[in-house]
Amino acid sequence: MFAYYLGLALRSLKRNVVLTVLMIAAIGVGIGASMTTLTVFRAMSGDPIPQKSTQLFTPQIDNWGPTQQHVVPGDNERLQSQISYIDAVNLMNARPARRQSAMYATGFALTPANPQLLPFQVEARAAYADFFPMFDVPFHYGAPWSGADDAAHADVVVITRELNDKVFGGVNSVGKVLNLDNHDYRVVGVVDKWEPIPKFYDLNNAKYGKSEQIFLPFTRAIDAHLESWGNVNCSGHGKPGWEGRIESECIWMQFWAELPTAADAARYRTFLNNYAAEQQHSGRFNWPAHTRLRDVREWLVNQHAVMNEVRILVLVSFSFLFVCLLNAMGLMLAKIMGRSGDISVRRALGANRRAVFAQCLIEAGVVGLAGGLLGLALTALGLVGLRSLLSDEISRLTHLNVMDVSLAVALGVIATIIAGLYPTWRAVHVQPAWQLKAQ
Amino acid sequence: MELRPILSAMRRNKVGAILITVQMAITLAILCNGLFIIQQRVAASQRPSGMEETQLFAMSNGWVGDPPDLAARQSADMAALRSLPGVVDAYTTNSYPLSDGGSTQGCKLKPDEAESSTLCATYFADEHGLETLGLKLIAGRNFTPADVVEKGAHDMTPPNAVIITRQLADKLFPGKSALGESIYVESTQHRTPIVGIVDTLHVPWTGMSGWGSTFFYNSIIEPFRYTTQYSHYVVRAKPGQLAAVMQAAQKKLFEVNRARVLEKVRTMTEVRAEAYRDDRGLAVILGVVCAALLAVTAFGIVGLTSYWVTQRRRQIGIRRALGATRSTIMRYFQTENLFIAATSAVLGVALAIALNLWMVNSFEMARLHLSYALAGAVVVLLLGQLAVLWPALRAASVPPALATRSV
Repeated sequence: MFAYYLGLALRSLKRNVVLTVLMIAAIGVGIGASMTTLTVFRAMSGDPIPQKSTQLFTPQIDNWGPTQQHVVPGDNERLQSQISYIDAVNLMNARPARRQSAMYATGFALTPANPQLLPFQVEARAAYADFFPMFDVPFHYGAPWSGADDAAHADVVVITRELNDKVFGGVNSVGKVLNLDNHDYRVVGVVDKWEPIPKFYDLNNAKYGKSEQIFLPFTRAIDAHLESWGNVNCSGHGKPGWEGRIESECIWMQFWAELPTAADAARYRTFLNNYAAEQQHSGRFNWPAHTRLRDVREWLVNQHAVMNEVRILVLVSFSFLFVCLLNAMGLMLAKIMGRSGDISVRRALGANRRAVFAQCLIEAGVVGLAGGLLGLALTALGLVGLRSLLSDEISRLTHLNVMDVSLAVALGVIATIIAGLYPTWRAVHVQPAWQLKAQ
Repeated sequence: MELRPILSAMRRNKVGAILITVQMAITLAILCNGLFIIQQRVAASQRPSGMEETQLFAMSNGWVGDPPDLAARQSADMAALRSLPGVVDAYTTNSYPLSDGGSTQGCKLKPDEAESSTLCATYFADEHGLETLGLKLIAGRNFTPADVVEKGAHDMTPPNAVIITRQLADKLFPGKSALGESIYVESTQHRTPIVGIVDTLHVPWTGMSGWGSTFFYNSIIEPFRYTTQYSHYVVRAKPGQLAAVMQAAQKKLFEVNRARVLEKVRTMTEVRAEAYRDDRGLAVILGVVCAALLAVTAFGIVGLTSYWVTQRRRQIGIRRALGATRSTIMRYFQTENLFIAATSAVLGVALAIALNLWMVNSFEMARLHLSYALAGAVVVLLLGQLAVLWPALRAASVPPALATRSV
């Protein structure tokens, strides 16, 4: 029966090519626009580390107090989005979590071994050994450095596969030496492709950017006075020099802890509050403890990981899809009502209402499928367009996956069938006798 | 023209009429909000920076290692750049306008004024800064070599003098001249005299919302020679020689010292394009969506009205036979569409304002000007008339003889 209805649907669509083309185009354009923006939205609002996003937490500690002017972007609860070196080190020393790492963004001038080549800049991240197992960072060669390396302030680095390809031609570089700002560092591991989007562990600069190319022990970075390449926000005026920065209440570091169970998280919350209260007792804070602990998803929401512009575009494009569907509905109505005669003949010859209903819905489904496929093509085109229009950072979010493809087609079919329900209902209620008489 | 027959015909085609009305209303709401956002983004991307952009390029210079003789190296670099043929002037700084990176501080009138201080973007420059950027000094003087001192990465030396923008001067000292006044910058102990006022100097940040969006022109210049491992060199070329100077400058710097990294070598035109790329992108995308929306709605009107014409061929024939002229028939369909469009214009304007208010609340957007809503309404009315033209013409060409024919 389905094949027969399909044949009927195709024949009926062929009879009024202009209307059919208009319907398919309207649905296709609507699907194309909404899927294009949805792809970017989904990438921005995606979970960068789904297997662990409810187990990874970042603490916030108010170390500026209620009287300070809070100039940090996204600061709405009188809480800074980064922490100071003092707090980073204290939290690391206490080590109450299963795994934890203070970290900050820095960088180097890398001098290649080949003297013909010019030095170039690389971004780096200073972190503790726990960074890698905590974030499930995959290794291509070697392994992370050890806790002993952290304690020894060792000159070791983990590099990305991309940098390994560039500097070492892709061979196993474990044990080899990298010259970073005139200092030799030994490679202990090469990270396989690892690009969480958004870059949840540090959203300050380039939220959707690539991860750093070099990782080194935090303790070593501080010894070497490696400058922050990220945001540094200071409140009040401290002492000059690197020592002044270390002792200051400037915020420039991120901190993450792995807390596998709810009980662990609750315990950490208590620990954090006790810590801040201690700081009050010792005279560093003259205000009551004010802290927060957020997991990855809460953190992304709090830090506005999704750009407002993209929300606006999603809103606009889905309204557009809605208009397109209304349009298709009107056209379908026109088409089906124009065929009242046919339907009456079929009904008079014995087709029941269900048969007519099925036939009309299949016709809508065919239009929806065609519209969905056209929409898919337009989405691909739209994403190419976005890539040429938007910055490289956002262009990284414009890749279609299988999920999106099936979503586009399904959206086309389902939406069109819903839009076709009313016209179909009207068709079913055509009075055969009345119609035939009028003819 | 009688409205009554139109209304009664519409009552028989309720759903079709409602579909078109809702479509046109949503189209109107999106259209005027879209155009409003486009206008804002385009206006933002054309906001003047105060710089002589067409003659400038900037690059980030990083020394390999952290050499102890930074000051001497930097002086050598500057001397080399300034002596290049085609170069007007050059200076070194922590940041430059539209570069998306830099530092801010609270500019204060009193030392303990934590709450009421004004956020200022801070630029460092020696006496060559103004000439290089091409800033317009409207009062006071440029820095002299005596004002300028070195500033390392973690130095906390307060500046000897400060040059501020006209906008900041108006904000800090409303109704009087800021020249000769002094403010607290970098230090709570030391007052810094304002020695000059420049007309316009944009902050490094360009985002429409969030960081920087509240103080686009609150910039100050402090007389520091920024001697750190990483700094920005800004070079001004003579008109028409920018490309050649850019090449020559990089070559020259590597001749002076090879142990360096030059990054982000960009003309100021490129800097601006990059800074506003996403704003322009958004404007283009919204423009395309608006255009597609108009097209879809127009075709929808054409499709449905054509169907109505087909449906009413016999009635049209009868009316023609009874003496209605072609133009009467055309006007019938045009009036019908005008009626639908007017209804949707009222709905659409309300929807547009609601949509805008929601965006104001959620996205720190500006309020929609009523003129945009009205312009949108006019566009929708015109669109309807344009779309109905072809079906109306078809209706008008129905021969009166049709009435006599039985089907």
